[in-house]
Amino acid sequence: MSHSGLGKSTLVNTLFKSQVSRRSAGWARDEKIPKTVEIKAVSHVIEEGGVKMKLTVVDTPGFGDQINNDNCWEPISKYINEQYEKFLKEEVNITRKKRIPDTRMHCCLYFISPTGHSLRQLDLEFMKRLSHSVNIIPVIAKADTMTIEERQEFKQRVRKELEMSGIEFYPQKEFDEDMEDKSDNDKIREAMPFAVVGSDKEYQVNGKRVLGRKTAWGIVEVENPNHCEFAQLRDFLIRSHLQDLKEVTHNIHYETYRAKRLNENGGLHPISSNDTQESNL
Amino acid sequence: MNYSSILVCFKDQDKEYVGFATLPNQVHRKSVKKGFDFTLMVAGESGLGKSTLVNSLFLTDLYKDRKLLNAEERITQTVEITKHTVDIEEKGVKLKLTIVDTPGFGDAVNNTECWKSVADYIDQQFEQYFRDESGLNRKNIQDNRVHCCLYFISPFGHGLRPLDVEFMKALHEKVNIVPVLAKADTLTPSEVKKKKIKIREEIEQYGIKIYQFPDCDSDEDEEFKQQDLELKESIPFAVIGSNTVVEAKGKRVRGRLYPWGIVEVENSAHCDFVKLRNMLVRTHMQDLKDVTRETHYENYRAQCIQSMTRMVVKERNRNKLTRESGTDFPIPVVPGVSESETEKLIREKDEEVRRHTLLRKVQSQQRDKTATDSHTRKHLICTCVT
Repeated sequence: MSHSGLGKSTLVNTLFKSQVSRRSAGWARDEKIPKTVEIKAVSHVIEEGGVKMKLTVVDTPGFGDQINNDNCWEPISKYINEQYEKFLKEEVNITRKKRIPDTRMHCCLYFISPTGHSLRQLDLEFMKRLSHSVNIIPVIAKADTMTIEERQEFKQRVRKELEMSGIEFYPQKEFDEDMEDKSDNDKIREAMPFAVVGSDKEYQVNGKRVLGRKTAWGIVEVENPNHCEFAQLRDFLIRSHLQDLKEVTHNIHYETYRAKRLNENGGLHPISSNDTQESNL
Repeated sequence: MNYSSILVCFKDQDKEYVGFATLPNQVHRKSVKKGFDFTLMVAGESGLGKSTLVNSLFLTDLYKDRKLLNAEERITQTVEITKHTVDIEEKGVKLKLTIVDTPGFGDAVNNTECWKSVADYIDQQFEQYFRDESGLNRKNIQDNRVHCCLYFISPFGHGLRPLDVEFMKALHEKVNIVPVLAKADTLTPSEVKKKKIKIREEIEQYGIKIYQFPDCDSDEDEEFKQQDLELKESIPFAVIGSNTVVEAKGKRVRGRLYPWGIVEVENSAHCDFVKLRNMLVRTHMQDLKDVTRETHYENYRAQCIQSMTRMVVKERNRNKLTRESGTDFPIPVVPGVSESETEKLIREKDEEVRRHTLLRKVQSQQRDKTATDSHTRKHLICTCVT
């Protein structure tokens, strides 16, 4: 999630190599900035090597676009908690389904605008409030705006600011299980936030067809590690830590929510599926 | 061709020739001696490359000691207005360049009315000039009016954002707005084209009056007309700024070095920097100043006088007693100045006007006196004669 125009849809499409984000050329052009923050969830089933995955992408058009952005994170916070609530209700039910449909948010990619200076106030506010309910992975969008030195400086500054504000992004230090995890994750934490470039167009470079952006002075290759860190992000997100993201969401964030809810009302009564309960958030 | 050589040329010409064709050269000499001044305002969110562009445009380093604040420090900051003045000289022509910056614009979570301080600043400069112009000693008026405002539009959005629209609408009647598409090296050429079209459409849709290039006369040559057309089609200018020099194809150029290529700032295939610089400095600087003076400032002045006369009429109707030293002189109200200062100004103006009326009275008395004197003298002479 981010301000509009930071390339969220393009990146998601690039990550999953399929048009999972509703973005045809017409849609992007006529899209007006919505007056309030909307939550749009689109689900796809994608398959690779016999493994099927139901991927749900939740987009937040309108976030941070208004003149007055006070509390624009509230609809998002509410949405996340609603998903937890749904799961909780199912879990607590007397007659439970075998596999509870899991609509909880496993990961939130937060796009940082590549200004080259530092984080914006809005970024800090949002991440502070949501880092305890969802795994936040900060990502520097449209990284082809910055040269390599600018990128390194910017990353360092962003990391320092996040540390100073006490924002724990994924992978959180406190959840490292053993030394091996810790060293792996430390390396990743040092490289975050990943500076990425997304593209859905292919060009011919050195005889190969690669995804990239063609400018008058060269072609930015998305999967070239010398150009940007997209490959690193993809490996991290999908190839190594996908399962861990789900586990942390389930074991930690969800449990925190559950504990809070149980302590609130003096315990939740097991309800039949016909009952509806007002979620007092 | 300098002054003396022109004189030599025309000395032996036709006697019918008067010689005022040398006027432009005379004006040129005087202007060069006096020097020029130009005030440029840059506005837009932080991180869009405003300072870098200003430094690139004028080949100076205005922001050497700038300290970048981090997000925590910026939370309590309000929109500031900072002014940097630098005197630059080129081929004997001096330019006093003032850059007005707006740090903090659009950085907060709630940016309602963050353009207000900018609008107030512009009004203050107009007001200052108005007072100076109406004063007694007009020899050395300093012109601090803002001649042009470069508004930086983020390349990351889908066109104009609500904040952009509100800012431009609040200021388009006070200053010449030139929209600029910042950090254009983020965009591919087709994206730049699409964005420009979109932004131009939105500007028209919202009724924003940006600075219009004057139409060229029909007797200009084709090349000039073509250039003029291209210029108009390039709004908003897609710019890239750089203070570093890199090596490209054996030449040293200003640019940005990426792993995938080098962006050259002064290459018109890469960005519109050259077009913007030419427009701003080489062809339209005088026009920008003229429009500021003739349109924006006159609007302000007319509004001011109108509201002042309305106030004075109200005052007069309210006061049953007529004041001896009632001042008819419209006094502009200074926004943001403390009460006592305004009163002091009013008093000073009162004094001036009183002095004027007194002077006039004395002069008229003297005239009467001399008239009566001569009359009595005539009378005496008459009586003497008769």
